Amino acid sequence: MAEQVAIEEGLFTWPSDDPRLLGSQCLDCGAIIFPVQSGCPRCASDNTTPKELGTRGKLWTWTIQGYPPKSPPYAGDVENFEPFGVGYVEIHDEVKVETRLTIADKDALAIGMEMELKFIPAYVDDDGNEVITFAFSPVEE
Amino acid sequence: MSKPEVAIVGIGIHPFGRTPERTGQEQGVYAVRKALKDAGVEWSDVQFAFGGSQAAGAADTMVSKLGLTGLQFINVANGCATGGSALFSAYNTIASGAFELGLAVGYDKHERGAFRVNTRSSGLGDWYGKQGLALTTQFFGMKINRYMQNHEISHNTLAKVSAKAFRNAEHNPNAWRRQPISEDQILESDMLSYPLTKFMFCSPAEGGVALLLARADQAHKYTDTPVYLNAAVVRSRRWGSFEVMAPWLALEDGDGPTVDTSKAAFEMAGIGPDDIDLAQLQDTEAGAEIMHMAENGFCEHGDQERIIQQGETEIGGRFPVNTDGGCLANGEPVGASGLRQVYENVLQLRGAAGKRQVPNDPKVAYTHVYGAPGISGVTILSK
Repeated sequence: MAEQVAIEEGLFTWPSDDPRLLGSQCLDCGAIIFPVQSGCPRCASDNTTPKELGTRGKLWTWTIQGYPPKSPPYAGDVENFEPFGVGYVEIHDEVKVETRLTIADKDALAIGMEMELKFIPAYVDDDGNEVITFAFSPVEE
Repeated sequence: MSKPEVAIVGIGIHPFGRTPERTGQEQGVYAVRKALKDAGVEWSDVQFAFGGSQAAGAADTMVSKLGLTGLQFINVANGCATGGSALFSAYNTIASGAFELGLAVGYDKHERGAFRVNTRSSGLGDWYGKQGLALTTQFFGMKINRYMQNHEISHNTLAKVSAKAFRNAEHNPNAWRRQPISEDQILESDMLSYPLTKFMFCSPAEGGVALLLARADQAHKYTDTPVYLNAAVVRSRRWGSFEVMAPWLALEDGDGPTVDTSKAAFEMAGIGPDDIDLAQLQDTEAGAEIMHMAENGFCEHGDQERIIQQGETEIGGRFPVNTDGGCLANGEPVGASGLRQVYENVLQLRGAAGKRQVPNDPKVAYTHVYGAPGISGVTILSK
């Protein structure tokens, strides 16, 4: 039976009732990076540890992908392509993460708006599974 | 200005755009033969070469067509800075005294449409491309979107940059897109990556450029119009910069590699931005030209709105930018693109740029490339 699977193991906690993005924190200088990697690009230390990132942040910048990406590497539906939002969300006091946005409306997106983490279907894989990835959505006031 | 050690004594170009009847390598060979003729030398006189392409094969295979002379030929692969890196390497090979006459060459031939990114070779996970983030166009849209808000740059100023590129290219027989396009047409074309439309983006394309370099004190053996290389610098990114193909950015904002490269180049040449008469600046899209004017030290952030609206970057303006049509009108064959900028500056300093010649006898010219994954290259040329 088809099921929901994470787009990549280790990118976020999955399966989980409250999934979180997984980054790395440098134990020497405190820098936070995403996704998990060994080695700190700020201080060049190799002393890093995995860290669950926060789920809220501010939209730092954004665009709208207006044409179907080349496939590969894109795995989404090219024939029925719908534009999608892309941005960097500055997760409070942690790191800016590049992310899909849940909306693609230029009049509804604004730099500085409060955003929250969501999980959305990205595409259906060859086994019929629904592949899940992370995205950010404007916080409903 | 610092005393130059290296001169450019011969230049050659294969027209940019689409040339179905020639491979990328054949376009490179074409450019090399033009450069040899320009300098009045034979292939057998060339002592060394640095060359590269991203998508059209190893440059050292050119020797099977140019002649098996046994020269030292080193392939260069450095993304969008491939041409700049070949030039930097050739510069240092002559400055070090190892050789006296050598070649920097770059060419490419890309498939149609946006660059297809190999996420693994870019050091990224497959997930990045699968969910639709591996597009260079997104970065440029996001960078200029934030910049426009922070520094009050208008959509019309973006359109003016593109319109200038196509207008300049009309007088460049080697350019790809030579039909002027109105600002309204540019603004109304398909929105590819907000706020950038189709005619605000360059396309991957084809073309080749070759430059022959010699010791400065021997330059007059080859040409009556040597152009000296006063600086050639390449730098990569530091913490806090905002780069193409980045799944994350540091919490702190910092300068990009262009700022570091530019400062180092001005220091190497012993001059400042006010001494530059014209510049070729990386214009992957219209916003990049705008942002790179400030990142290279030619104005304050935000002043571009007034400068461009007043026409100061036009060929007849105070500070001409991208006189050959830039990437916007020439396309971006990655291996050749940075060398095309140098080719154009040599023509301008020789006073041989025809209808697009910058008036009043320009004496110092500047080139700048930028590309993935956060690399920049700058040259300063003088006569």
